[in-house]
Amino acid sequence: MSQLSVRHLLGIKHLSHEDLHLIFQTADNFKEVINRPIKKVPSLRDITIANVFFENSTRTKLSFELAEKRLSADVVNFSSTESSVKKGETLLDTVNNILAMKVDMVVIRHGSAGAPHFLSKHIDANIINAGDGTHEHPTQALLDTFSIRERLGSVEGKKVVIVGDILHSRVALSNIFALQKLGAEVMVCGPNTLLPKYIDQLGVHVELDLDKALAWCDVANILRIQLERQQIKYFPSLREYTLYYGVNRERLDLLPKPITIMHPGPINRGVELHSDVADSEHSIILGQVENGVAIRMAVLYLLAGGGV
Amino acid sequence: MQKRLILDGPLLEITVSRLCQQLIENHQDFSNTVILGLQPRGIFLAERIQQKLGQLLSKPVPMGFLDITFYRDDFRRRDMPLEANTTSVPFIIENKKVVLVDDVLYTGRSVRAAMDAMIAFGRPSKVELLVLVNRRYSRDLPIQPDYIGKNVNTMPSQRVLVEWKVQGSKKDNIWLVNN
Repeated sequence: MSQLSVRHLLGIKHLSHEDLHLIFQTADNFKEVINRPIKKVPSLRDITIANVFFENSTRTKLSFELAEKRLSADVVNFSSTESSVKKGETLLDTVNNILAMKVDMVVIRHGSAGAPHFLSKHIDANIINAGDGTHEHPTQALLDTFSIRERLGSVEGKKVVIVGDILHSRVALSNIFALQKLGAEVMVCGPNTLLPKYIDQLGVHVELDLDKALAWCDVANILRIQLERQQIKYFPSLREYTLYYGVNRERLDLLPKPITIMHPGPINRGVELHSDVADSEHSIILGQVENGVAIRMAVLYLLAGGGV
Repeated sequence: MQKRLILDGPLLEITVSRLCQQLIENHQDFSNTVILGLQPRGIFLAERIQQKLGQLLSKPVPMGFLDITFYRDDFRRRDMPLEANTTSVPFIIENKKVVLVDDVLYTGRSVRAAMDAMIAFGRPSKVELLVLVNRRYSRDLPIQPDYIGKNVNTMPSQRVLVEWKVQGSKKDNIWLVNN
């Protein structure tokens, strides 16, 4: 018998090493479940889950919804674009109204960092952070590290470089925490303007030269250039970014050993990642998506099972 | 804590042989029958039975492991979720005869969950239940075994402890324990 040390999944920062292993172990089992002829188990049949998305999302929302449905939970969806949030309702009021309809768990994505933490202090349901501003995106980091473990056997001792827009990326921060807790060495690589100041305080290597970073690593996690988050110009042009930080076949061919390529999606093809790499045998991008459902099932299952 | 031995090594061997003979009586050469051991503890018996059947029939008998954790009816009614085990069903069970194998039959709730879990892999033509120890008069559900290693009358305060050599015990032994 085992249980997570937390009631909510707010960020990787709050999880222990044991929690991560328990989630992976459970996800292994769910991965087997979603490859069965009938991909569904009745575990959460008496649970209602609200997916509250204050920010756009396709893949995360779909992945959570599939995970919930494959656990037989009842699902309600809410997105801020078509709701009373536009009429000026506060976050707490919105969620309390949803909870008044007897919802047991809330999956929330919000544009402001800390929104899920705020909710967890005020309401009783289990909260799962599906991305809060530029802060954390825990399930993405879990599925990324789970995919590395699946591909390379373990995460411990592996060298992982995160390339691109570290400054605006919640995926980067969650990944750094998860990789370090699992004993991997982490490097961040990108133009100086897209690296947060003092990022080295987190114990990560910093490298500005992509070729050196790729030669160092076992795994490269390429982040999307988030054009929508850039009100000011962080680099002169997309063309220049691609020239210096775009991962393509020629770059990989120069490396001493083959490396594993990951991307949290959606890919800007031809910008941070070229098609000849994204569709190659080194890429585990579609495997990440499949693992996303298994990981989210594991998280939902473990949080829901913590007693009534 | 008092322990009473109800089956030991040699007798257990005889019991397993008898169960295998009974299985052969009903399933002949196992051409359309598969064995499913229930995780976590039924798999040792399932392995033993598969081994013995292999010897008697001189051919391998298909066997899988079924984990029922996600199908249990006490999720959220206990303090912590149970840890799941691996499921491995490396064959199609559609239209096959399935023999579910577990070590101890008590309330019948695990078997109920196992039947749910099994249906996720297809629709078997027939399902049977084989248990090593049948705790009589203690069922919560209308489930009875088709093959029984040993019947025992027990009280709710008692517990059946099954020790397998492959699990690290010195001998194969089955005990009735008073808590």
